[in-house]
Amino acid sequence: MIAGIWEVTSRLSSLPDFMFPSLTQVLETLFKGLMSGQITEAIGKSLGRILIGFMIAIIVGLILGYFIWRFKLVEDTLGFVVTALQSIPSIVWFPLAIIWFGLNDFSILFIVTIGATWTMTVNATSGFRNVPQLYQRVAKTYGSTGFHFLRTVILPASVPQIISGLRIAWAFSWRALMAGELLGGGGGLGQLLEMGRSLGQMDLVISVMIIIAIIGTIVDNVVFSRLERNVQLKWGVK
Amino acid sequence: MYLTIDGIEKSFKNEKKESIKVLDKINIEVEKGSFVSIVGPSGCGKSTLLYLIAGLDKADTGEIRVAGKKVVKPGPERVVVFQEAGLFPWLTVLENVTYGLKLKKMPKEEAKAKALDILKMVHLSRYVDSYPHQLSGGMKQRVAIARALVMEPDILLMDEPFSALDEQTRMVLHKELLEIWRKTKVTIFFVTHNIREAVQLSEKIIVFATRPGKIKETISVPSMKDGVMPDSVTLHTEQRVLSILQEEIEKVLKEEMGNDYSFKTNHIHRDDSGDMGSHI
Ligand SMILES: Nc1ncnc2c1ncn2[C@@H]1O[C@H](COP(=O)(O)OP(=O)(O)OP(=O)(O)O)[C@@H](O)[C@H]1O
Ligand SMILES: [Mg+2]
Repeated sequence: MIAGIWEVTSRLSSLPDFMFPSLTQVLETLFKGLMSGQITEAIGKSLGRILIGFMIAIIVGLILGYFIWRFKLVEDTLGFVVTALQSIPSIVWFPLAIIWFGLNDFSILFIVTIGATWTMTVNATSGFRNVPQLYQRVAKTYGSTGFHFLRTVILPASVPQIISGLRIAWAFSWRALMAGELLGGGGGLGQLLEMGRSLGQMDLVISVMIIIAIIGTIVDNVVFSRLERNVQLKWGVK
Repeated sequence: MYLTIDGIEKSFKNEKKESIKVLDKINIEVEKGSFVSIVGPSGCGKSTLLYLIAGLDKADTGEIRVAGKKVVKPGPERVVVFQEAGLFPWLTVLENVTYGLKLKKMPKEEAKAKALDILKMVHLSRYVDSYPHQLSGGMKQRVAIARALVMEPDILLMDEPFSALDEQTRMVLHKELLEIWRKTKVTIFFVTHNIREAVQLSEKIIVFATRPGKIKETISVPSMKDGVMPDSVTLHTEQRVLSILQEEIEKVLKEEMGNDYSFKTNHIHRDDSGDMGSHI
């Protein structure tokens, strides 16, 4: 339906093809791009970046979350800072990153990571904090302490909250990644988008947009939703 | 004495940061292998005392000794069964039961065999691979008891373990618990709201007064180890416990409902299906 309207309006409209390409044109470019490796390469590059950035964000977020949860002093100081930092859109860090690291891959990685880290921290903290007292008491009476306690009770009990943290963190870093690549270059889907614009190739721009949407949806719906559903099923939460 | 509770006092801070005394000069001695119950009005500090014995909390003054050793932290030789089962929802029944054994560094196979044995004892062999949410309330509580028993603790601390269950399940679990107690000779420290439960299960009943919680009276239950007591004897004991408690219940109700409330003793009667005293 939408496809039909698009095709017809594009053909009838007075705008030139390069500004408002028809669906068939876009699909053709998309297909060619995938075949020639131009788009696939960009996808690979973007996914590689986000994977690294996201991983770092998760690890840092969990560690920071642990310290905020565990130590009152950290909570009063760092906890407050994190909440403030969380409200800064990550692309705002970009100018600073360029000054610190130069206009390179590392700057992009930096904003991808920083976009997800604070959300992850906040969610991890509240996940740890909400672990029912009962579970903690049970584990302690069986003699669980220290790292064992963290690994077998605190972490698994906060899994639901951590997953929803992952989901938001992913959305943040995916947006940060696109913005960073668009501005910073160095390959990837964002840069391809920028290239399409400067060459006046709207069919390429739209192709990349479609890819971005597809990847975003797949990760959210397939990876995180499934993860969430599995946990809910196992725990018997409706 | 095996378990000695020696001059324990404990206060909590309320919302206004005032210190409220919850336990006042508690002295209890428990012999090895005995079954002691604590009854008392809600909020009198029964759970608090249990957590102190477990080592989950620290007393302000006094000390608790098990076999001469001072309790300073939780340990697997003093296992608690809580009012809610508290099974870990991310582990299967078997994994829940072997949780403590693995902590004791028992080899996997041995732990599994032991857990299966205990689960058989509480009639849950068919559910070893289920997750807690797939079990009924009574089944969950049985798993929680199995998880505690498999540790072969010296002392089993039970905090109203059956109060959330229906009458039939409770009767079955009473029977099972008594069998286990006789078989393993574990020392049981049992907190309950239910006078009849206390009389049927334990050898000694400690009645608590409230605000602050202290021992009002200790009652020995006529020996029942070697068989079923005649109804008249248990009824008599129940009446005695209840009459001791009445004053305390009245005190609580007065505080909560205003001074014009008077506790109507005549309205208490024994009905066979009811759980006497569960309203306190
Ligand atoms: N962590 C805490 N902080 C502040 N007050 C507490 C805390 N734990 C318990 N209390 C208070 O101590 C008192 C005794 O509580 P406790 O749970 O031991 O009562 P209980 O005898 O087990 O009651 P119930 O039969 O209803 O379970 C209550 O008045 C409660 O409000
Ligand atoms: Mg209690």
